[in-house]
This record gives sequence, structure tokens and C-alpha cells, in this order.
Amino acid sequence: MGEIIKVGMADLKIAHSPDVLTTLGLGSCVGIALYDPVTGIGGLLHFMLPDSTRMHNNENKAKFADTGLMELIRQMEAAGAKKNRMTAKIAGGAKMFASVVKSDTLLVGERNIEAARMNLQLQGIPLKAEDVGENFGRTVELNTLDGSYTIKAIGKGVKVI
Amino acid sequence: MGVVDLNNLSDMQYDVLKELGNIGAGNATTALSQMLSIRMDMSVPNVALLDFCDISSFVGPEDAPVVGILLGLGGDITGMMMFLFDINSARHLVNKLMMDEKNMSYEFNEIELSALNEIGNIVGGSYLTALATLTQMRIEPSVPCMTIDMLGALLDVPAAEYARYGDKILIIQSKFGESDISGYFLLIPELESYAKILSCFGMC
Repeated sequence: MGEIIKVGMADLKIAHSPDVLTTLGLGSCVGIALYDPVTGIGGLLHFMLPDSTRMHNNENKAKFADTGLMELIRQMEAAGAKKNRMTAKIAGGAKMFASVVKSDTLLVGERNIEAARMNLQLQGIPLKAEDVGENFGRTVELNTLDGSYTIKAIGKGVKVI
Repeated sequence: MGVVDLNNLSDMQYDVLKELGNIGAGNATTALSQMLSIRMDMSVPNVALLDFCDISSFVGPEDAPVVGILLGLGGDITGMMMFLFDINSARHLVNKLMMDEKNMSYEFNEIELSALNEIGNIVGGSYLTALATLTQMRIEPSVPCMTIDMLGALLDVPAAEYARYGDKILIIQSKFGESDISGYFLLIPELESYAKILSCFGMC
């Protein structure tokens, strides 16, 4: 296994085989993993909100599903990956608290999942697998050796998609 | 009333927020310490304006299992407050309350979960009462909601709220504890509420 590269909240990074991209503790945020099997280039986006067009403050591209995905594709292509070979896997978008006042705060996970699916479709990148929703946090790892996406959750073991 | 620019808070404004955290947490720590009949200490609160990717390094490792109790705030000050303690502390808290010092399990049964939630209710309530008294404002907390999960996943909830306004989050953090029990209070008012809070002290 290569180096482990950490992706923070509202952050994105790319890596070459055999490195591993990881992001810890995804709650309502969603982690989109893109992979080009020919070049072994992978990219991981940890976004927080579904739509940049409805916000004024959108300097940080990685904060949103739409601008984050575009930027991730751009960086991967600049590194030599081809968009038409890329496939995607997504994880996250949980509802972390059962209730509490503002309903739109709690729906953000669900909206993030929808936005991830929609933007991938818009970009023409096939969504191969997902582990989304429900009510628990996830730590994810994208292995650029084979494009496998490993998901760990507390008390739920390890799942590879 | 103006809108506070979180990127340009003065030292005085930081101090006011810090003092607010201090008083709120002081009251809450006293409540907790009385409830459990133990001595508890509190550290000087931290106020920090952080990039989202730095939140966890400020509070703790993203994948550490923690108990998080979230209260929504309504009334004059809106936003949320979160009360966090690590899983070992949660076990000690419950054991003290249940007078069962031997249980070391990380699993909590229904009664224990309900006890933890009640601790959150009392502690959160005393924090907010102190805040309301100090600012002469009405603060109505919601019913508390508890989740046990990774720290990073729980912090997503307030972070997503802040992400609507900008690329940073302002956290007022107070740490309390004795050797076996330690935790954090995070006060996370909405942007408009900062102006209200600061203007109470003639700072806006």
C-alpha cells in the first residue's frame, strides 16, 4: 500500500496508484470517490452542501457538490486521467440527529446524496456503488490500486464497495 | 443592528464571547458537579474562527467515538449548542449516576442512554440559563437529541449550518472535567445572533 493522504471537510485531493485517499467521520457530508482505472488516478471530494448557486459565499469550491465535482474532475484530468474512463462511488449523507428544531439542517444529508447523484449524471460519470443515508458516521478510504472504496462505521464493521 | 463580520472580530469582541463561554460553562459544570457530587474543574474557554478542515484538530480526532447532545436554540438567540464527551467519560458519568462503578462496557442500555440524555438536558439548560441572564435575552432550548458516533460526523451538523454563510466556523469551546470525566461545550449561534449578543455588551 502507498501513502495515505487525508482529505478534510470541504476539501478535495487526488492521488496516483498505489496511494490511498481517506476522509474521517463523514456525517451529513458526502464523499465522492472518482477513479480512472487506466491511469490509476483517483480523487476524493468531501463536500458539505448540495448547491453553490444558492449561496453567496462560495469561494471554497470543495464545499459544494456541483463546484467540488467539477474541480475534482479538472484536477484529475490535469494529472492525466480521462473523464470518459472515470467511475464514481459515493458514501455519507447520514442524518446524525433524529430531531432538533430546524428541519432543513437535518435534511442536508439527504439533499447531499441527491446532489451527488445528480451532478455525476450531469457530468456523465457512472455511479458504480453507494453506501449512503441512515443515521451513522462513516470513515472512507479510496484505494487507487484498484478503485475499491472502504467504508468503516462504529459498531458496523468494514464494508468494501 | 449590523451584521458581524466573523473574519474581522476585534480582540474585545473575542473576549466578550470567551467570557460568555466561561460563564455558561461555569454554571453548567457546577450543575454537573452537584448532580454527581464530585469536584470538577474547568479550563479557560477557547474562541476560535476555524476553517472547516481544521475543526477536528481543534476539538479532537474526527474518528474518535463521542457522545454528542445537541440542543437547538430559539427565541432571541438562534443556533445550536452541543455538549460533547468521549465515550470513556460517558461511561464514568453513567456509572456515577447509577452507582455502578464496575461496568466498563462501551455499550449503553436504554436506561443509561436516557440518563445521558438527561445529563445533557440539565447541563445544557444551566449553560443557557446563565447566558440568558447575562444577556437579558430569551433563549429557548429545544428538547435535547443525543447521538453516539464519530466526532467528525457529529460536527458536520453545526458545520453545515455555518457553511451556508461562509468558509469558516466560530466555535466557543469550554472544557471541563476531573480525571475520569471530561467534555466540551460548543456554542454555535447563527450569524445574526452574534450581532445581538455583542450589541448587548455595546460591542456592535
